[in-house]
Amino acid sequence: MSGPVLSLRGVSKRFGGVRALVDVDADVHEHEVLAVVGDNGAGKSTLAGVLAGAHRPDAGQVLLDGRPVLLDSPAVARSLGIAAVFQELALVDDLDVVENVFLGHETVRGPLLDEVAMEREAWRLLDQLAASVPEVREPVRTLSGGQRQVVAVARALLGSPRVVVLDEPTASLGVRQTAEVLNLIVRLRERGHAVVLVSHQAGDLQAVADRILVLRLGRVHDVFDGDASYEDLLAAMTGAVRPGAPHRRGQR
Amino acid sequence: MSAQPGGTGLPGAVWQRVRIGTGLLPIVAALVGIWLVLGAINPAFLAPENLVNLTLQSAPVGVIALGVVLVLLVGEIDLSVGSLSGLAAAVVAVGSVTLGWPVALAIGVALACGVVVGLGYGALSTRLGLPSFVFTLAGLLFLAGVQLRVLGPLGSINLPFESWFVRSVQQGFLPAGVAWALVVAVVVASAAGQLAARARRRRADLACASVPQVAVRTFVLAAVLSLVVAYLYLGSARGIGYSVVLFALLVVVTDVLLRRTRWGRSVRAVGGDRRAAMLAGVPVRRTVVLCFVACSTLAALGGVLAAGRLGAANQGTGGADTYLVAIAAAVIGGTSLFGGRGSAWSAVLGVLVIQSIANGLTLMNVDQAARYMVTGAVLLLAIVIDMLMRKRREA
Ligand SMILES: Nc1ncnc2c1ncn2[C@@H]1O[C@H](COP(=O)(O)OP(=O)(O)O)[C@@H](O)[C@H]1O
Ligand SMILES: [Mg+2]
Repeated sequence: MSGPVLSLRGVSKRFGGVRALVDVDADVHEHEVLAVVGDNGAGKSTLAGVLAGAHRPDAGQVLLDGRPVLLDSPAVARSLGIAAVFQELALVDDLDVVENVFLGHETVRGPLLDEVAMEREAWRLLDQLAASVPEVREPVRTLSGGQRQVVAVARALLGSPRVVVLDEPTASLGVRQTAEVLNLIVRLRERGHAVVLVSHQAGDLQAVADRILVLRLGRVHDVFDGDASYEDLLAAMTGAVRPGAPHRRGQR
Repeated sequence: MSAQPGGTGLPGAVWQRVRIGTGLLPIVAALVGIWLVLGAINPAFLAPENLVNLTLQSAPVGVIALGVVLVLLVGEIDLSVGSLSGLAAAVVAVGSVTLGWPVALAIGVALACGVVVGLGYGALSTRLGLPSFVFTLAGLLFLAGVQLRVLGPLGSINLPFESWFVRSVQQGFLPAGVAWALVVAVVVASAAGQLAARARRRRADLACASVPQVAVRTFVLAAVLSLVVAYLYLGSARGIGYSVVLFALLVVVTDVLLRRTRWGRSVRAVGGDRRAAMLAGVPVRRTVVLCFVACSTLAALGGVLAAGRLGAANQGTGGADTYLVAIAAAVIGGTSLFGGRGSAWSAVLGVLVIQSIANGLTLMNVDQAARYMVTGAVLLLAIVIDMLMRKRREA
């Protein structure tokens, strides 16, 4: 098996007095879904932000194909093939669906925007997600929470990035659309993408994850195989049952 | 395909245009209302000669307001546009008269001053994160000081009456034939553009405007332009001045940039939600800096036009209420103070509203005090409407 696409080595990040990440190591491979779980405030979004260029680590390195990279901004990460759906979605309410999907990566025809190509591609991405978005030329402020989330996912899929980081992508989705997004994640893996899926709904993850990284208070508490039992995960997340000596199954 | 467009109701692209159109409609209606009232009180207001004057009065401050629209769109403000326009006027006068430069060089230097100031503001905003309200207030004072220093002890410099610059700003008008040819060209280009876009959308199987819709829009455009040209060339009226042509051209170009280019999309995104835009990969800093530069450069150009119109630059050029009128015009024209929403056309409409009131009240021999109060009330009304629309959208 080839080496990981994207890795974190000894990454730490603090916000004032809060240690959001402490000495975190992680690897994502092609054809793999790495799930990140943890309680609220465990540092999951911070980890996703570091991978996506939204947070710069205080210490440690991000490696792409084994080489250190400086992910200065989400734009840089995106240009290196790392796309993200942020927990807060990062949609601009006043812009319509097509404008949001293509924001920062618009298709042009000569000097002008190619609205026709963008609208078609937006419909294609949304159909692929079985999205129930009725109209792509309405501002996204008029959409429901689930529809907004689908729009954010569609944006991350634009241009077929190598690594897709999804921070709680199913948080406000209904049953059918959650299944649709999980399906999509499986398809992404089949197509060879590396997927990082952040969630605190352990149930979701077991369906799709190849490995599950458990964060607790900013530290990597454990790494499980995808078939870990719900009880084990819950115990590791909450610390209800203290694990024995530090053990890291499935890592490297 | 669950969500294929083009089925029921009004198709999306049409809605989008309707939305943009209706955004400006209330202000157009208000403007027409103001004209009717002022014309009813004093018919001289609606005389073609007076409306020609109105357009000439509006062009310099309109150019400044256009720049203000751009900074407001990214959620910033520039309070120093008046001082900067005064400085630009002083540079043109001192350069071309005192120093004997060619006028074109003096104008170039004045515009370069605008670019430099805009770059400075952009750096203060994006590198140091200072609020633009504060540093442009400092800029207002600083640049007013520089303007006085440039003008020197005389405090006022007349531009030679026979220079091509003064003549074209004061007495340069499009010949009627050229104006009509332009109307035809614009209408044909607009119709052709709409039909081409329609054909492409149809081929791509996307919702598109119907032929009657295109026809109606083209007809309205043709009617409005014909009415304007016919009226402004009626009788002894001089018609459309070169400075007005320049203003209109800048507005059309800015409108296309804002609606049809990546830069314009970044501007709206940054003004709508700066953090979301950054996370989506929009080059936020570059966008903001460019808006400050465009605003300052347009402010300088407005000052240059003001100098040409006056045939002089003095300590009062760009002073007093210039910046307030420019900012008020942008807001009255429908550009939000909260960023993200607005149109290049709001500079035109807002300036026409303010200058119509000023012009009409002057014709009625109403004093400056009353003009300020009326304009202030109109501005307040515009801000209240802006506020209410924002609340309604967020509700
Ligand atoms: N931008 C920020 N500023 C200050 N503190 C933050 C910021 N982002 C996250 N934190 C803090 O870092 C910790 C981890 O947050 P986060 O990564 O969002 O957790 P999770 O996504 O697992 O719920 C929390 O204590 C949170 O309060
Ligand atoms: Mg989170």
